[in-house]
Amino acid sequence: MTDDTTIISVRRLARVYHMGAETIRALDGVDIDIRRNEYVAIMGPSGSGKSTMMNLIGCLDTPTSGEYWLNGTEVSQMSDDALARVRNREIGFVFQTFNLLPRASALHNVELPLIYAGMRARVRRDQAASALERVGLGDRMHHKPNELSGGQRQRVAIARALVNDPSILLADEPTGNLDSVTSEDIMSVFESLHAQGQTIVVVTHETTVANHAHRVITLHDGRVHSDTFQRAA
Amino acid sequence: MPFFEAIRLALHTVWTNKMKTAFSVVGVFIGVMFLIAVVSIVEGMNRYMTERFAGTLLGVNTFHLRRFPNFQAGEMTRAMWLSWIRRPRIRYEDARAVVEAISVEHVAAWESTNRATLEHRGRVAKDIAVTAATERYFEIKNLPIEQGRPFSAQEVRAGTPVLVIGYELAERLFEGNDPIGKEVKIHGIPYRVIGVVERQGNLFGISLDKFAVTTALSPAKRFVNPAGVVDALLVQTNSQVELRQAITEAEAVMRTRRQLRPTQDNNFAIETADAVLDFWAKINQVLMVALPGLVSISLVVGGIVIMNIMLMSVAERTREIGIRKSLGARRRDILRQFLVESATISTVGAALGVGTGLALAWIVEATTPLPASVAPWSIVVGVLLGAGVGITAGLYPATRAARLDPIVAIRQE
Repeated sequence: MTDDTTIISVRRLARVYHMGAETIRALDGVDIDIRRNEYVAIMGPSGSGKSTMMNLIGCLDTPTSGEYWLNGTEVSQMSDDALARVRNREIGFVFQTFNLLPRASALHNVELPLIYAGMRARVRRDQAASALERVGLGDRMHHKPNELSGGQRQRVAIARALVNDPSILLADEPTGNLDSVTSEDIMSVFESLHAQGQTIVVVTHETTVANHAHRVITLHDGRVHSDTFQRAA
Repeated sequence: MPFFEAIRLALHTVWTNKMKTAFSVVGVFIGVMFLIAVVSIVEGMNRYMTERFAGTLLGVNTFHLRRFPNFQAGEMTRAMWLSWIRRPRIRYEDARAVVEAISVEHVAAWESTNRATLEHRGRVAKDIAVTAATERYFEIKNLPIEQGRPFSAQEVRAGTPVLVIGYELAERLFEGNDPIGKEVKIHGIPYRVIGVVERQGNLFGISLDKFAVTTALSPAKRFVNPAGVVDALLVQTNSQVELRQAITEAEAVMRTRRQLRPTQDNNFAIETADAVLDFWAKINQVLMVALPGLVSISLVVGGIVIMNIMLMSVAERTREIGIRKSLGARRRDILRQFLVESATISTVGAALGVGTGLALAWIVEATTPLPASVAPWSIVVGVLLGAGVGITAGLYPATRAARLDPIVAIRQE
């Protein structure tokens, strides 16, 4: 199944939590393949395992069992620091709550992944600035997050996610904290990124968001419930 | 994250949390401040003791033969005092015999001092140390004559009433007029001023420039000592080795003259600068033992405070840590960030402590007779201690931060 255009390949992926005496099988044998330049929405009601799925795909967590191949590398058994490296190079996160550093400027926020990549100050400043320009915030570089609107903050977060040129853009309820107009705005940013060849995975419970994707995977009780391709709405 | 980046970030955090930083470094600040101030003052005293006190008051490579020592190191009992004042005095003949017996090359002088009132045309200087001495006195005591001349051997033998006076005394009596050749009365007897000694400054607030020296056999001999008696015989040699030889010879002669049996103690004192320096070394030692204790108490307290502040900081910034981790920060990046931060906070505190300590030392020097001399090593030690305390105190909080689970951390509100 893993040809050269496959970016994410997940086999029999399981994640079990122990809460006291109780054992919760958040993911229970999931098989998914995502190819380059796909725009995938992962959906499901709360408790379906989509957050766990997102943590595993984002290399923030390791599975209890199963395999996870990211861009041709098996990452499921990696150490903490190795995972940090993978996150730094392969994954761009966009969170519901933006997760910007409140005391740092937009520019510095976007610079962060490059700092951890060990890039020199001059180069990374230029790169961060051009990422901000790409999301239309060239004139807001030195603003702090609290001086920006919700939509602008999410754009900063997108610029930060893209600055390292990651294999996948991984968004977790990216419009959850935004009004409908701004949400559409952000979704159109995603669409143009996709058009430029970016692979995008969106975890959401909103159908309006999922409708933008070309493929919708629905999880239920830790298993893949449905996996359908659609033309974008 | 590169080290430089971590320092920049830490300085930024310190700057944005000025108050918190200020409170957290109080312990380190006080510790380092005391270190610098105390070391500076002790060092200053040290230099004073070795360069000025020992050199000026006793003279280099010099011994004093006295009835009992001028400086007593250690405990002084009443019994000791009583036995001392029963000792026979040092007489002219003793001094002559000792000088005769010393085989190494040397310079010797007699010295007898008492306090008296000096008067010049109605201007009076009270309670001035008047010394009756022989001509080599100035040489042994290292008192260069700035103006005029010292008295000669002929003048000493003749008992000519001439005076060499200290700088401050000259100012007092002559108010800037040339004192040379002027007449000064002591106990109604006129003396002629022939020289003024170069300014000596002061020692522990006591002026070293308020004195007058006249010839040993001048009329002053009557009020400085009973007839035929001197306070001290001063003998200066060219080296420490020769000094020891001279002391041995002087002691032998004196014991013979005093008819002491081998079991009997000396009933005279031979005093050298070593005795004073030994005494000072003892005080110095006590201070240098007590100081690290005091400093380390404040540093330990300071370290605990910093550790607590850092733990608080880690708790407050859990989300920031989660964000950084999600963006690719490794454990060691987070560890370094917090270690550098606590080291920076602590070093800033130490640097402020160094500054304040130096200021304190300077104030002490300016407002009290205690001298101060900054020891460069104490600054280095102070700053290193600060950084060390910061790193030690930051280790546990930083480890906790580094171990945070990014998923949990990022969801923290």
